[in-house]
Amino acid sequence: MGELLTYGFFQYALVTAFFAAVSCGMVGTYIVARRMVFISGGITHASFGGIGIGYYLGINPIAGAAVFAVLSALGIEYSSRKTGIREDSAIAILWALGMAIGVIFVFITPGYAPNLMSYLFGNILTAGPSDIWLLAALTLLVLVFYVLQFNNILYVAFDEEYARARNMPVNMVKYVMMTLIALAIVFNIRVVGIILVISLLTIPQTIANMFVRRFFGMMLLSVAIALLGTFTGLFLAFWFSIPSGAAIIFFLVILFFLARLILWVMKR
Amino acid sequence: MSEQLLSVEKVMLSLGGQKVLEDVDLQITENDFIGVIGPNGGGKTSLVKVILGLLKPDSGRIRYNRDLLGGRHRIGYLPQVHAFDKKFPITVRDVVLSGLPAGRKAVSRHSAGERDKAVYWMEKLGIGALSGKTIGTLSGGEMQRAFLCRSLISEPRLLILDEPDTYVDNRFEQELYEILRDLNGQMAILLVSHDVGTITAYIKSIACVNRKLHYHPSNIISEKQLAAYDCPIQIITHGDVPHTVLGKHTHEH
Repeated sequence: MGELLTYGFFQYALVTAFFAAVSCGMVGTYIVARRMVFISGGITHASFGGIGIGYYLGINPIAGAAVFAVLSALGIEYSSRKTGIREDSAIAILWALGMAIGVIFVFITPGYAPNLMSYLFGNILTAGPSDIWLLAALTLLVLVFYVLQFNNILYVAFDEEYARARNMPVNMVKYVMMTLIALAIVFNIRVVGIILVISLLTIPQTIANMFVRRFFGMMLLSVAIALLGTFTGLFLAFWFSIPSGAAIIFFLVILFFLARLILWVMKR
Repeated sequence: MSEQLLSVEKVMLSLGGQKVLEDVDLQITENDFIGVIGPNGGGKTSLVKVILGLLKPDSGRIRYNRDLLGGRHRIGYLPQVHAFDKKFPITVRDVVLSGLPAGRKAVSRHSAGERDKAVYWMEKLGIGALSGKTIGTLSGGEMQRAFLCRSLISEPRLLILDEPDTYVDNRFEQELYEILRDLNGQMAILLVSHDVGTITAYIKSIACVNRKLHYHPSNIISEKQLAAYDCPIQIITHGDVPHTVLGKHTHEH
């Protein structure tokens, strides 16, 4: 194991895992508390359209995904507020549209699409300095916004209408959080992939919520559980030569059932 | 001469093509205790939301006293029992603190003074021991107390309560009205209720809202007057003795 830590790629992977856990732990608590899991799933899959277009144009697919994710996140927030379309229907349409665009553009891109699988399922072991910088910047952004606006975030999430009646900056909080969710999703695609990123945003939070019933405490515990999950998953992936994203999620689900068991024993 | 807090002037409001409020005028001055009554769907809650700025009237306007303006900070609001997320991870203390005016502080943190205020109101309303509990684990009456604390922590000059008497036990209802009578010394109160019979002993005047608003400058109102106001409501008290007489049933419930 000591030798493993001297490999450059593994060090990158560890640092990536750290920022992934911190960013997902914090943003995911907001998602779970507000029951926005379905929206987040929609944003995640819509971002595949950006990945496809990125391939086609020969630019970084993650950049394309970021544009798609942010636009669809703001679109969902805006359309449900202004047009009165049922939110879940709007999400489903966006979800499928993004995937369709992605599939079409990957298909019409000449030649073989390299690394396509790593976007779908993630591969933290291929993370490089640019991935780390993006994730680190995002984590810092989330951290700063939480420090400055923590109470407003909490109050808006709990009772939006009351926050509006109190003249709190409701729209600002909602749009910024939506943007942060979109960016967190996209930058973590490298870690666990489109299909699995939603679980990094929900499983640690769900486990934390079994033991803690305050937003702040839930956030801290989520980060800790996400850290445990990503680090352990990383080692499992390396030792058993299995995909890292799946290893991380699989380990988190085992933690989830362990937590259920602990609660069950405690209650008896 | 008591100070005028706000005046609603010729407010018209339509929601989804339906006229909800028509030509509504209402003045609220500092010692008022107004009971807002009217049939369900008559626009009581819409009126409250217009006053709070949550709904924009199609025409007409609301004029706020300088003290209420500047972000409507000095209007306390107890919403109708709403289907909030019972599993939301928030403590009673934090719910109460959320009633403070939106701060413009650089870093989001409550001062010791603000936390003392929260403790003060929770103690006063008898939920001090529950301050660390998750809001969703409280009983209906305890929850209403917590939400009442939330609306009082900002030291409002006007307190608006939207049907605080639904889904709570009778004991709490009586206590609530006693608390309100007490608070009326410091603030004007607008109490939306479906139960005129019970509130009549506490309120000072009545506003009947059924798309139009009729102001009745007394806490006693007769069935004849209600009919004249086009304000069909179900339960009403006559005289000083707070007994309840069922109104005529003209339709199925």
